[in-house]
Amino acid sequence: MSDVKTILLCAVGGQGAILTSNILTDGLLKAGFDVKMSEVHGMAQRGGSVTTQIRYGKKVHSALLGNGQADIGVAFERMEAVRYTSLMKPGARFIVNDFRLTPMSVAVGAAEYPENAIAAVSAVFDTVVVPAADIATEVGNVRTMNLVLLGALLKELGLADNPDVDWEEVIASAVPEKLRDVNIKAFRAGVGF
Amino acid sequence: MKKMMTGNEALARGFYEAGGRFASAYPGTPSTEILENLPQYRDSIYCEWAPNEKVAYEAAYGASIAGVRSLVTMKHVGLNVAADPLFTAAYNGVTGGFVMAVADDPSIHSSQNEQDSRHYAKSSKIAMLEPSDSAECKKFMAEAMHISETFDTPVMIRVTTRICHSKSAVETGERADVPWKVYKPDIPKYVATPANATKHRQKVEQRLIDLEKYSNESPLNFAEMGGTDVGVVCASVSRPYAKEVFGEDASYFNVGMSWPMPIESIRAFAAKVKTLYVIEELDPFMEVAIKAAGIDCIGKAKIPPMGELNPQVINGALFGVQPDFKTVDAVAAPRPPVLCAGCSHRGFFYTIAKNNKDGKYVICGDIGCYTLACNPPFNTIETCVCMGGGFSVAAGMAKVFELEGDDRIVFGVLGDSTYMHNGIVGAIEIAYNNSRVIPCVVDNSTTGMTGHQDHPGTGRTLMGDTANIISIEGTLKSVGFEKVFTVDPQDLAAMQAALDGAVAAIKAGERSAIVARRPCVLVKTRKFERGLCEVDADKCVGCKLCTKVGCPAIAMSGKKAQIDITLCVGCTVCAQVCPADAITTVEV
Ligand SMILES: Cc1ncc(C[n+]2csc(CCOP(=O)(O)OP(=O)(O)O)c2C)c(N)n1
Repeated sequence: MSDVKTILLCAVGGQGAILTSNILTDGLLKAGFDVKMSEVHGMAQRGGSVTTQIRYGKKVHSALLGNGQADIGVAFERMEAVRYTSLMKPGARFIVNDFRLTPMSVAVGAAEYPENAIAAVSAVFDTVVVPAADIATEVGNVRTMNLVLLGALLKELGLADNPDVDWEEVIASAVPEKLRDVNIKAFRAGVGF
Repeated sequence: MKKMMTGNEALARGFYEAGGRFASAYPGTPSTEILENLPQYRDSIYCEWAPNEKVAYEAAYGASIAGVRSLVTMKHVGLNVAADPLFTAAYNGVTGGFVMAVADDPSIHSSQNEQDSRHYAKSSKIAMLEPSDSAECKKFMAEAMHISETFDTPVMIRVTTRICHSKSAVETGERADVPWKVYKPDIPKYVATPANATKHRQKVEQRLIDLEKYSNESPLNFAEMGGTDVGVVCASVSRPYAKEVFGEDASYFNVGMSWPMPIESIRAFAAKVKTLYVIEELDPFMEVAIKAAGIDCIGKAKIPPMGELNPQVINGALFGVQPDFKTVDAVAAPRPPVLCAGCSHRGFFYTIAKNNKDGKYVICGDIGCYTLACNPPFNTIETCVCMGGGFSVAAGMAKVFELEGDDRIVFGVLGDSTYMHNGIVGAIEIAYNNSRVIPCVVDNSTTGMTGHQDHPGTGRTLMGDTANIISIEGTLKSVGFEKVFTVDPQDLAAMQAALDGAVAAIKAGERSAIVARRPCVLVKTRKFERGLCEVDADKCVGCKLCTKVGCPAIAMSGKKAQIDITLCVGCTVCAQVCPADAITTVEV
């Protein structure tokens, strides 16, 4: 059981976390792992907070564990990192997109955005801050932030150049034809970050 | 071939491989994608969206009577709607195999309640299977068809959000060749008169006895022996959870067929272990059956009866094990779901909210994306019960205001899919009983909340064919609403005029209704030209009026409004409310 790794993706609905986890799980299966993934969507699609958990290893029973269990996390938006720290193993690696999306609660003045989000997360977790919006804009489409983050994650996991899986092929089959090139460019930029 | 599949994809695949021919459903999270995964098998399977779950159930049951293997799917609350045909189909039995896949939503991720639908299998006296992962979803579909035809009964496959929306590997196979059982009339079997039903009543009791014997012998229910100190009875998603918690030292009794319960097999298992746990989500369904058989076990005395379980919840509840985790020195602001940037419902709710600061209108809502208008900054939806309830609850409330001499005007607000589901009957209630209600259909020309399914008003079927469009205005007029105001809610001036017109009409004793129509921006099958709005910071006076439209793309940045270019689609509702003309459309 000890070889099983748990990945947490947390994002805002609409940022492409579910597409990202689909690419990730397809690739992990190709790489020969047993894989389980659990996501929650529905209401959460409408700009709410979303999480996906992916577990892989020789034999995985449960897709879900609970608090304090994720070996690595990816926050697609910086405040979402703050929201889900309880799911992470103490001291775990946390890849955080420095991008900011103001929620309605802040826009209407009912809550405050934590300006210290990145500093607070970095103080407790082994944090890698990725300027994914800048990188994605540079490759040609700000909406490919998710692929930048996927690249950064696979590099951290040591899976970006796994000989059994051609990630670019997995990406190509998961995104619309006309967005293929820009998504692959974003992925490469993430791996190279 | 091995493929990663969600439970829903696997159920669809299972139906294909089991020789399924006909499937009907009304969408509902987390069950929706079962039917959405069927059009890929269009050469072998006919599939459709029905107006609601009762109709879907009856149509699929009709297909079974006509002699083919058929499927109906729904979320838990959908089964409440379909309960009427269920209880009589359970008496009459089937010709082709007939399976109902029902998805519960523990923890209420996307529902109006938390309901344990297993009780329906028990009270309607049919068989029930509960797969624990995607591979079993596929396998159990074929098994359910077999049980249905062998025991002449509908069979329920009960799943939950974590089964439907989790992915795991599935080995795909070939489609079974299941020939049509050519229809021949069988009046005593299929006409539920009291005389026939009385005979069926006895058959149903005998069937339960036969099914229980089958359940005790079925390989879907099996023990895995490890140590004998601890034994765990578990089903559905609790099976992998239990294995994470108790590990290889414990013994397991895996329940795949959970009604009728395999009580004798469990009795034999229980006799081999010192302590018996029953791990199940929601109600003590298995536990009650096990205890009723005189078998001692530990279940809901410790395990929470509400919300989802996970390995940690079980560990905490049984053994007081608390996880080690760290919090950080920052607080995340709430991020509940909101009406999307460019949502076509925005103009309607903005206008109602603006006109109702003094509470002279009462707004009964319903279920859909538009329910989100109960949140700030709109705070307009005042009730939401169940699909279609928006109109009928309004009718009852309006009668009370009339009886008590209160002149508040009641609006019933529901979406186009909800109108087709059951709202149309509420419109008849309002018209027939002459309630002082303005029914409003916020028509985004799709079933938005559940991910954009077609319905009888969209002109397209699940299989992508062109369909007859059932007209909302036409049906409203035909039941007696003389003045139907059709309006594009994104044009705020027109929206205001429609509201004024409908209110003036009802005050003059006429029946009026509003249809606020603009297609949802997210529907993939329609071409939508994305635009972009921009704030001229020099012109912005910082009045914050634009934040009153409740758009996630607009927020104050210091003293000035700012538009997020990753979210804005250029709908211009914010520009229409800006008193300083500071917001303009820019070229993209
Ligand atoms: C009986 C029942 N079936 C299904 C659902 C799931 N459901 C919630 S909202 C909704 C559709 C709403 O569509 P529409 O009325 O067109 O509003 P929109 O979301 O597009 O604004 C559905 C199917 C439910 N809550 N209850």
